[in-house]
Amino acid sequence: MTVIVDYGVGNVNSVANMIRHVGGECEISSDPERILDAHKLILPGVGAFDSGMGALAERGLVDVLSKVVLDRAVPVLGICLGMQLMTRSSQEGILPGLGWINGDVRKFSFDDPKLKVPHMGWNTVDISRDNPLIAPEDRQRFYFVHSYYVSCDNESDVIAKCNYGHDFVAAFARDNVFGVQFHPEKSHRFGMALLRRFMEFSNA
Amino acid sequence: MLKTRIIPSLLLSDGGLVKTCRFSDPKYVGDPINAIRIFNEKEVDELMVLDISASHKGKGPDYGLIERFAGECFMPLCYGGGISSLEQARRIFSLGVEKVCLQTAVLGDPSLIEDIASRYGSQSVVISVDVKKNWLGRKCLYSASTKKTLKRLFMDYVSSAVEAGAGEILLNSVDRDGTMSGMDLELITQVSSTFSVPLIASGGVGSIKDMKDAVDAGASAVAAGAFFVFHGPHRAVLITYPKYEDLEKELGAMD
Repeated sequence: MTVIVDYGVGNVNSVANMIRHVGGECEISSDPERILDAHKLILPGVGAFDSGMGALAERGLVDVLSKVVLDRAVPVLGICLGMQLMTRSSQEGILPGLGWINGDVRKFSFDDPKLKVPHMGWNTVDISRDNPLIAPEDRQRFYFVHSYYVSCDNESDVIAKCNYGHDFVAAFARDNVFGVQFHPEKSHRFGMALLRRFMEFSNA
Repeated sequence: MLKTRIIPSLLLSDGGLVKTCRFSDPKYVGDPINAIRIFNEKEVDELMVLDISASHKGKGPDYGLIERFAGECFMPLCYGGGISSLEQARRIFSLGVEKVCLQTAVLGDPSLIEDIASRYGSQSVVISVDVKKNWLGRKCLYSASTKKTLKRLFMDYVSSAVEAGAGEILLNSVDRDGTMSGMDLELITQVSSTFSVPLIASGGVGSIKDMKDAVDAGASAVAAGAFFVFHGPHRAVLITYPKYEDLEKELGAMD
């Protein structure tokens, strides 16, 4: 079963709606037992870095998630804040991240007043390399809402880039760990294709 | 490159979809779930559903209907109408809605904006600003629920709302609503040049050129109602949305 991790800071129902729409099965849970049994995980999230890490810690999920993802190599998809939490740290907070991906989270800062923060709306992404998550098609567009972005140490972890003022990581993948800065659950057919690919992915 | 968001704005009244003209004379245009399905198939950028009967009649949000909208909507969805507490907002977010739009509850006191923004983030709070000319031709803040112009300056209202944490401003020209006669560009420039949060311009869209003019005047996004639901000189009801390629050609990218 795919478990959408509900730690109180994301719109989990939108994700569940789209997974069911593409024919997948999922449950929404914050129960460590259910998460330990999951065959796939989705870590959604909206809001501030520290409140996200704090909410995971409060529910006793930090170690549980790391065990499932790192020891058992269960495929996991982080969305928006969920992606950012997979890195080491963020300029937005002081708590350490989950640290599954070598990278950090930085704040958008522009001199040009036309570049509003948050970066909100539809933007196209460039695929950096073949990967199981995003099809190698041009002109795919996704819905973004974020004021911070991920910077990866290893270029090889980056699977898609987006540009807003400058290039930033739109999606990363390393073994069973996937993260997307945008919201596939709100990116109509492009998001459906992505979630379908994630649901079909197998590293077994 | 970031695209300009073009947002159909759907008005609900007692469960049916309506379209007003200058905020009056609501005309029934169909079943809202059906309309949302069509907009979904047309891959619109975002959708806004505003229940104009909720605050006016002192009702709260219709959660059953909102849940059905969210289940059909695979693009960002903003709901407005009758929200007066953090608990109501929480319930709406939990149904699968990304943003709430506030007006009546925050015209005098912005504390609800602060409550929602600090819990769910500024990106989840849109404030609706309705501006209407008074008999002297002066642009005044207008209350959609009481249908009255207010003494408070609209710039002052926006300022306090943004300070409280509103993440977007939905700026609506009441005098242009439903007229399809072009947008109030002066108003758009006045507000967008003063505040740094994204501005959604609304009221008066009759063509893609009108949208382009609004963007040039400083709007980050454009919302429209009549343009997407009426067709031809006799305003026959027909749900349409421009092709992505046409919007891209006319509006280009924002950065």
